[in-house]
Amino acid sequence: MESIGQLFEQIFGAEWGPMLFTLSTNVTFIFAIVVPLLLGVAYLTFAERKIIAYMQHRVGPNRVTFFGISWLRGWGQPIADAVKALMKEIVIPTGANKFLFVLAPILTIMPALAAWAVVPFSAELVLADINAGLLYILAMTSMGVYGVIIAGWASNSKYAFLGAMRSAAQVVSYELAMGFALVCVLMMSQSLNLGDIVNGQQGESWASFMHWFWIPLFPMFLVYFISGVAETNRAPFDVAEGESEIVAGFHVDYSGMAFTVFFLAEYANMILVATLTAILFLGGWLPPLDIAPLNMIPGFIWLLFKIGFLLFFFLWFRATFPRYRYDQIMRLGWKVFIPITIIWIVVLGVVMQLPESLRNSFPLNLWF
Amino acid sequence: MIFQDIIFYFFSTVLIASALGVITVRNPVYSALLLVLAFVTCAGLWLLLEAEFLAITLVLVYVGAVMVLFLFVVMMLDINLDKLREGFWKWFPLGGLVALVMVVEIAMIMFGQYFSLEDMPAPEPKAADYSNTKELGRLLYTEYVYAFELAAVLLLVAMIAAIALTLRHREDKKSLDIAKQVSVKKEDRLRVVSMQANKKN
Repeated sequence: MESIGQLFEQIFGAEWGPMLFTLSTNVTFIFAIVVPLLLGVAYLTFAERKIIAYMQHRVGPNRVTFFGISWLRGWGQPIADAVKALMKEIVIPTGANKFLFVLAPILTIMPALAAWAVVPFSAELVLADINAGLLYILAMTSMGVYGVIIAGWASNSKYAFLGAMRSAAQVVSYELAMGFALVCVLMMSQSLNLGDIVNGQQGESWASFMHWFWIPLFPMFLVYFISGVAETNRAPFDVAEGESEIVAGFHVDYSGMAFTVFFLAEYANMILVATLTAILFLGGWLPPLDIAPLNMIPGFIWLLFKIGFLLFFFLWFRATFPRYRYDQIMRLGWKVFIPITIIWIVVLGVVMQLPESLRNSFPLNLWF
Repeated sequence: MIFQDIIFYFFSTVLIASALGVITVRNPVYSALLLVLAFVTCAGLWLLLEAEFLAITLVLVYVGAVMVLFLFVVMMLDINLDKLREGFWKWFPLGGLVALVMVVEIAMIMFGQYFSLEDMPAPEPKAADYSNTKELGRLLYTEYVYAFELAAVLLLVAMIAAIALTLRHREDKKSLDIAKQVSVKKEDRLRVVSMQANKKN
């Protein structure tokens, strides 16, 4: 690394060399995050189709082989799908607002990818180790709804507009519960930095999964994860798309690659929510048991394992639950989740302010 | 330093252009979207001033929540632009006067001799581990706690007022009792009838 830095200094001079070096390493890092992420998205769609198929006693995609390897039946499906989407025509409806119609998918995918900048993959592996990482992620995910609203409006279609309206109200409601749940995490870890939050979940005993925040913040863990499902417009909260009611919701007029970008953003957001839940509540890169064979495995693998585990729940929900009725979605967000989170903040605050001696006399207290 | 200057001028240009756009474009949806752009670039400028908490909160609160609702409303309303433009020249002198006063005020502050800006030098850049958020929290909850609480009460009053203004009691209102809906058993809705099989003639 250092020798490359010196090479840059020799070529571009002492002033521009280090700057260009930082720039090029960051761009490399960005590619190292985005390319595996998009591959993950592609294979998440495949996993979804396969898993839901098995849950419904079907086989799922099994026609396209992976470069002709016969036992990898179906593994070429995401690539075939991508090629198909690229070849299709992007139809822009006559009555649509052309500029905003094209801008909407870009505005959807931008925050879904930008939020990854502060995600730590292991103790050292993070692109931007900023103080206010958690806030940055909240800000980025809250911007995702613009793409949906603009797409719904620019399409100049009733169904698309209804989808956009539903999505706007839903996302704004669930963001509150999500934000309050994160306040609890913030109170426990005393930091907004995602790396520090994971380090705050490290315990002394060998049963390290007991030290993760999912036990002291169990209601918040559930609220955050369910709000995450709602925020990504996934089943059973997918009223923004609602095939049986408003055809395909906000992206009903999109075709080809423009549609695929919405699709990519939805799955990238799913992976993001799963990653954040793993980092905030399930100890990020920490092994579940701090004993010999398990803590030899690199932290990155553990993080991937936890993300995969949580993503499975997303798919499982979709195969299990029928779509929520719209008023029930609003009720769950405003009348159930927000009161629960506020009560838990008060409880947590009281416990944290108790005198040290009283707190230590709690049976089985590992967290305070 | 030169890199920061480039970023500053870039953000400032975009900010001024988009702010001008907010009041000049004809389409109200474009106007709202340009306001979003103005907020985001403003957050960029605040980041240059090392106010990362304020910058991110600006994006989170204004872009992520307030403007979404704004856009929501603007898209739903059927705004007649000609009607809005009717009184433009009538009110122009008053608006112009307000704008002039504001420009003069800003100029008086910027060209410092009246406000002794030179007594307030620019603060030293802070170290990378300095947490802006922590400092703000400490100040808000200790020194300025009464002002903070007052602001919170003000927001609560506004919220309750908005609900009180729109809440109307109607006689024929139909509302759902969720507990009743959830506690419904199969027996309440479904009746299994055993019938004699009919013979076809």
